[in-house]
Amino acid sequence: MTDTTLPMASHARKDGPASKRIIVAYGFWIFLLSDIIMFSAIFATYAVLVGATDGGPTGAELFDQKRVAIETLCLLFSSYACGMMSLAIEAKHRLATYGAAAVTFALGAVFLTLELSEFAGMIAEGATPQRSAFLSAFFTLVGCHGAHVGFGLLWLVVMMAQLNAKGFRDDVLRRLACFSLFWHALDIIWVALFSIVYLMGGRV
Amino acid sequence: MSSQHERAPGDDLGPDSRREAIRSGLLTYTVGLALALIFTATSFWAASTGVLWLPGVPIGLAVLAVAQMGIHLVFFLHITTGPDNTNNVLALAFGVLIVALVVGGSLWIMAHLNANMMPSPDLMNLHMQR
Repeated sequence: MTDTTLPMASHARKDGPASKRIIVAYGFWIFLLSDIIMFSAIFATYAVLVGATDGGPTGAELFDQKRVAIETLCLLFSSYACGMMSLAIEAKHRLATYGAAAVTFALGAVFLTLELSEFAGMIAEGATPQRSAFLSAFFTLVGCHGAHVGFGLLWLVVMMAQLNAKGFRDDVLRRLACFSLFWHALDIIWVALFSIVYLMGGRV
Repeated sequence: MSSQHERAPGDDLGPDSRREAIRSGLLTYTVGLALALIFTATSFWAASTGVLWLPGVPIGLAVLAVAQMGIHLVFFLHITTGPDNTNNVLALAFGVLIVALVVGGSLWIMAHLNANMMPSPDLMNLHMQR
């Protein structure tokens, strides 16, 4: 799964337990799935409450498709840059790793900035989470994803500091592999989010 | 290449096989990016155009979203059907089951509650749109 580039042994696994790298990735994958299940509960809440606008603003009035398209592209290219980072790590190329990480971080930060400015604009228009059940659900869902992205950015900075201090050590490499899984999974959740919230909800 | 399954990214590979591995990885990510871009563009187009039959658009968007998630899983997260990936795939299948139960079940139950417990269509209208 994390093992992007190496042709993994699809045969010859008769002897002994799997390597630590594989076990760590599997455990983190299970965590990610549990995170996705948590998101599914928030998605279900949103879907149930999407019509309960209480006379307040609806999605079609609030959402700006162009901004969402830019956010989507930022996150997608950030995910791609994260893949490039994995490859640079594979090659043990320090400069390329830092470069790809910087691109990943920058695009993620642009995404987060756009999202926060959207929130600020909505709140300035009076579309606060208190206004209606629809808006409560909206801010919970999109805000939860945004919080994950913010945490991911922090994690990336920490990993770069570790890489700088400890070099390409096995434990650092495992953490970096977990980070890239996390970052790609966030992009998957964003796909569901922009399709359901912004595209379906933004139509007049 | 006899003990590949014990090979971690930190292990030393021969320079040739490593270069080969990185090249194929680059191709995988790039193909994934291109496919994801196509699906994203199609989704945004379908949501904004007037050409399509409107009631069908949400279903189309859902199909595109599921397809794009599949692209991400295969090309970015490297979920494959290989024997070394069985555990990952099984965990994913279980996750999908739970997600379907939570989302589908919630919508189903709440739709029935709405239909059965609202006093009258007029009041419901008031409730939802006032």
